[in-house]
Order: sequence, then C-alpha cells, then structure tokens
Amino acid sequence: MSKSWIIENGRIIDPASGRDEIASLVVTQGYIAPAEEPAPADAERINARGCWIAPGLIDMHTHLREPGEEYKEDILSGARAAAAGGFTGIACMPNTTPVNDCAAITNFILDQARQAAVRVYPIGAISRNSQGELLADLGELKNAGVVAVSDDGRPVANSQLMRRALEYASDFNLPVISHCEDVFLGKGVMHEGPVATRLGLRGIPAAAEAVMVYRDIALAEWTEKPVHIAHVSTAQSLDLIRAAKARGVRVTAETAPHYFILTDEDVADYDTNAKMNPPLRSKADREAVRQALIDGTLDAIATDHAPHSTLEKDCEFDLAANGIIGLESALPLSLSLVADGIISPMRLVELLALNPAKILGLSAGTLQHGALADLTIIKADQPFIFSETDIYSKSRNTPFLGRQLPGRTVLTMVGGEVRFEKGLL
Amino acid sequence: MKKQYIFPHRHILGMEQFSREDIAHILTTAESFKEISSRSIKKVPVLRGRTIVNLFFEPSTRTRLSFEVAAKRMSADTFNINASTSSTTKGETLIDTARNISAMHPDVIVLRHSSSGASQLLSQHVHAAVINAGDGAHQHPSQSLLDLMTVQECKDRLDGLKIAIIGDITHSRVARSNIQGFKTMGSNVYVFGPSTLIPMHIEELGAVRARTFQEALEGADVVMALRIQRERLHDPLLPSLREYAQRFGLSSDPLGWAKEDAIIMHPGPVNRGVEMSPEIADSSRSVILNQVSNGVAVRMALLYLVGNA
Ligand SMILES: [Zn+2]
Ligand SMILES: [Zn+2]
Repeated sequence: MSKSWIIENGRIIDPASGRDEIASLVVTQGYIAPAEEPAPADAERINARGCWIAPGLIDMHTHLREPGEEYKEDILSGARAAAAGGFTGIACMPNTTPVNDCAAITNFILDQARQAAVRVYPIGAISRNSQGELLADLGELKNAGVVAVSDDGRPVANSQLMRRALEYASDFNLPVISHCEDVFLGKGVMHEGPVATRLGLRGIPAAAEAVMVYRDIALAEWTEKPVHIAHVSTAQSLDLIRAAKARGVRVTAETAPHYFILTDEDVADYDTNAKMNPPLRSKADREAVRQALIDGTLDAIATDHAPHSTLEKDCEFDLAANGIIGLESALPLSLSLVADGIISPMRLVELLALNPAKILGLSAGTLQHGALADLTIIKADQPFIFSETDIYSKSRNTPFLGRQLPGRTVLTMVGGEVRFEKGLL
Repeated sequence: MKKQYIFPHRHILGMEQFSREDIAHILTTAESFKEISSRSIKKVPVLRGRTIVNLFFEPSTRTRLSFEVAAKRMSADTFNINASTSSTTKGETLIDTARNISAMHPDVIVLRHSSSGASQLLSQHVHAAVINAGDGAHQHPSQSLLDLMTVQECKDRLDGLKIAIIGDITHSRVARSNIQGFKTMGSNVYVFGPSTLIPMHIEELGAVRARTFQEALEGADVVMALRIQRERLHDPLLPSLREYAQRFGLSSDPLGWAKEDAIIMHPGPVNRGVEMSPEIADSSRSVILNQVSNGVAVRMALLYLVGNA
C-alpha cells in the first residue's frame, strides 16, 4: 500500500488545467487527491518551497538498448536515468536486437520494466524487422501493449508502405512516429555546411529531412490519418509542418534539446559526442527550432536518448555511432530556455509532459485530481555543473559534460512512490 | 633587436594551424635541406637516434617513400607500419595501434588515414609528434608545403599570384590544404570543376568559386589539376571519365587563358588523358617532377622541426 504525501508550498504547474499557483498537493493511494481534500493524518510532508511541482515528464523517444546491447544500457539503468531527469514515463524505440516487431519482444520489455524506476511504454516497429518491406503485426503489437509504432533509425523509404502504415495503424489507434530522412541524401556524417566542408566530412543536407517530412505530410493529408515527426532539426521541415497544421493536417512533431542548444559548429574538433542523426544543424535552424517551440509548431521535446559505449564513440568521427544520451540533461537544458525568457514554465511542462502523453494517448502528464501521482519536483534556478555524477545511464556519450545548467529535478514520484531524490528531503 | 623565431607547433595536422611566418620558416628550412639531396653523400646526422614511424592505413607508395627518404637522409631510424582500415571495426584499431606504437617511444608518427580528423585523434593518444600525411578529405599539409615551395621556386614569390585548382575539390585534402596555404601566403585561389565536385561553402575557406573554366584560368600563374578517382562515377558524381576529360581536363585550349608562363601542377599520380592531356603533363610548363623532389626537402624540414623537440 503506497503511503500518502502532502507536498507543501510548491509552485504547481499543470498545463492540463491551466493551474499555476503556489499551493500544496496531496497524494493518497498513489493518486492525486482533490485540491480541497485535507491530507490524511499519516501523510508524510515534503517541503517544496521554492520548487515547481510538475506532472512527471514523459519522454516519447528513448533508446533503451535492451534486448541486445545491454553493455550500452538496459531497461533498468535507462529507467534510473529517466527518474533522475524528472521523467516518470519513457517510450522506448524498437530498434533493439531483435527488433520489437512482435508480441514476444514487447512482452519481454514489459516484463523487465516491472522492476523499473519509471513507467516504460514500448514502441513497436512499423515493418517486420524494420526492414521497410512488410508491415509488422500492428494489431498483435497493440494487444501486447505498444503505445505507438516507428521504424526509427531505419527510415521508411517506401512511400507506399508508409501510406499503408498510416492507414492500418489508425485501425488500432496507434500513432505512427516517422524518422524523416531520405536515405540516399542522408549518406553523410554531419550537417552539410561550411563546417563539414572545412573538416572534410561528408554532409547531410537539410533537404534530406525536409523531403521526407513533406512526403509524410502529403500522405497524412491524403489519408486523413495522423503522423508524428520525430526529432525535427531544420527550419525547412518546420515551415512545412507549420503550413500543414494551418491546413488542418493531423501532424505533430518533436525536437530534442541538442537541436535548440547546439549547432554544427560544435562538431568542430571532430567531437564524436556531437555526432547524431539528424545531425546538429546551422544557427538559423537552431533559431527556427526555438521559434517553433514558442509558436506551437513543435508539440514536444523528446530526448532521443541514444546510449553508446566508448567502443562506438572513442574513434574516428566518420566511424563513430550516431547519438547521445539525453534523459539526465533534457530538463536542465530545456530550463535554459525558460531562464532565457524564450518559453514560459507552463509551456515547458506542456512540451515535456502533457503533449507527449497526449500524442501517445497516455493517461499521464497532468496533476488534476484522480490522476496517477506521477510527478516531479524541480528546482528551476539552482545552477549546477553537469558532471559524470549526474549520469545514471550506463553510457557517458554526451557533449554537455562540464556545462553549467540552470536547474534540475530534485524528486521524482511514480504512482505515489519516490523513485529519485537528490537535494530536497 | 628582432626576436628569435621559434617554431611553435608540436604536431603538423593541417595548414590552418600555420601563420605566414610559420610557412616562410618551413620553406626556408626546406630550401636548406634541399641542398643535401644534391650532395654525393646524401645524409646528415641531425635526427640520429630519433625514431620515426610511418603509420599508413591507406596505401600510398609515393608519400610513404618520400617521408622514408626524408627520414633516412636525416639519419633517423624509420619503421613502416601498413595497417588496413578494412579490418578496422569501429576504429579501435587506430587508438589501439597508437598505444602499441607509443610503447616503442617513437619521436614522430607520420599518419596516413582515410578518416578526416584521424591525425588529430592520434595526437590526443600518443606522446610522439604527429605529422598528418593525409587524413580523409581533410588535410595533407606536407603536400601543400611542397606545392608552395615549388611555386615559390618558379615564381620567386607567392603574394598576389593567381592559383587555379581544377577538379574534384569535394574529396580532396590537397585542395583544402592548398586553399588555406596559398591564401595565408597572399595568393588568390580559384577553384573549378563539375558542380557535383565543388563543395558548398568552399568560399568560406578563402577560395573563389569560378563559374566557368575561363574565369578560373584567365591570367592564372599556376594551374593545378587534382586526381579524379574512378569510384566517383558510382556516387553518381560524374557520368564518365571521357566527358570529364572533354569538359574539365587540361589541354592546350583552355590553358590558352592562363598566363603564358603559367606552370602546371598535379599531386600525382596523373591519370593521363583524364585530368590533363599527355602533352601537357610532359610539357616544359609541367613542374610535376619538381614537386616530387621538393616533397623530400619539405618532409625533411617537417621531421627536423618536430622531431628535435
Ligand atoms: Zn531517429
Ligand atoms: Zn531515435
């Protein structure tokens, strides 16, 4: 039986209800109690003065590497990293070994996740083995518990398959998440621009993303089905998404913190921790991503947490694996947007909790009474230097070590149980 | 009193690290070593007892030989390691090999590698000085320095010259090094080739992107052709070598736009009939063989400057 809590004098930020006020929040039996209800006598007190109380963050784009590459990450270590980053739920991409394209793998993941610090929502593959040829058994995957489907990392090159995926997935209310990349244009190792030319590295043009974003918008518009665009990195893609939304196309989109913090200049010393796909883009693209977070073109911030060991990263740039870890740093990096006055605290919580929950159809991302007590307490202005001791993932591949960040999570609660606490109690 | 110049670089990784003074110093040093190669006994003891490792992950007989001859003329002990990148999985091999070589305490490691940035990576993992003998499409500083030396010998200056570089700029470390090297020395560098082989933003390295062959060659003092690799046909960057030769190859016709005393260069080996016609390659304007002999002198200078630290 989970205990009761009274979280006192925090700033409750709940975009689902529009609530932003200093108040106390009561948790009983693992659920949020009504605002007027007094706390039970045995409720334990948490002093949240000076902190935000927000619904637990939801990462709709995580790579947990299990099954298959447990030396990089496993479900439990990834979930610990998530809890430390303020996340109470994470959706894990299917590009494991084997690929999560059937109920057996989904069941395995959910089984492992029973011991995990946070809720784990598996994402199934669109196509068998993510090979882009035949549809996976989406109905079976849905029954087993996947919350969405995606061939992330292996973009769907066949437009007919993508069309059929949008149609068929909608029969099971499964969101389709598209990693938009033209694989022929995408044969490079960093953003195609002046830095790539100087370093002699093969470029990935911004158009490699935009042409696929437009294809997916065209298919969503024609079939009248929803599509979600993963990790948007370019101004051109955002213009397409903005225009499509204005026409009423059911398109949603996410970006990742590195696309609004870093640029291709950060690759300058062949730093393999600045290598990811899509690649870090130009300053103009970074500005466009920030603008799209403000104006609603982007719906969510996701981590694209992609753990790799030194084996894959401590090597020549063109041979290094794509991706960086992000669960521990996503909230602190996003808080820098608030600190810089770019977005409001309310918008931040919407981008990191409410909207990802909505897109995935989860009953999460809110502090309204009756909701599961999945929440995080944030010290938004307590600057710290991001260091190895802040990393709970098995991997250390991040370009943000040593960077000063404005604040972070100090407590994460899942279903009324404290799953992470540092510097509060 | 003029302050004594001290060569400030521990590694030779690329041309962008050099000031005008650095390059002038390297070229002066190379000139003084060039004389050694014309003696009957072509050996001086300046690097006696020093160990130089030629670590080549890409086959290159010419560059390796040039470094080896340079090292031997300075009395250094040399070892050649020909590693293969095909067996390199995920690149551990470069760092592992580097650590193994480090245990032998070499003074200089000369690295040729197919990955851009490989020599910088190596320099972070060894105590020895690293000389980049070509890393991917990034840099090939000793080639650029020997080109600068050759042009200076022919023209008595570098400042104000027009240098036309023709061909595959995108995949060329020679082009990147030379754009930066010649620019630093006050030359004006023009690049020209099929649009598929001219990278975006090449202007930001300091080159002028010529729109026509004529614009590139008009009034040029130096015309440098780059090697076309056959595999570029498959990317697809070029339809055929035949069409390349017709539209972008150096023959007497387009060379009519260049200055009468313009010299012809090529980093070698030349695909005769592709990058240039055989008559041009063998003409008196071609300084391709001077480039080869200056290569040894420049590499002696570089080994001397970083090997004696
Ligand atoms: Zn992806
Ligand atoms: Zn991903």
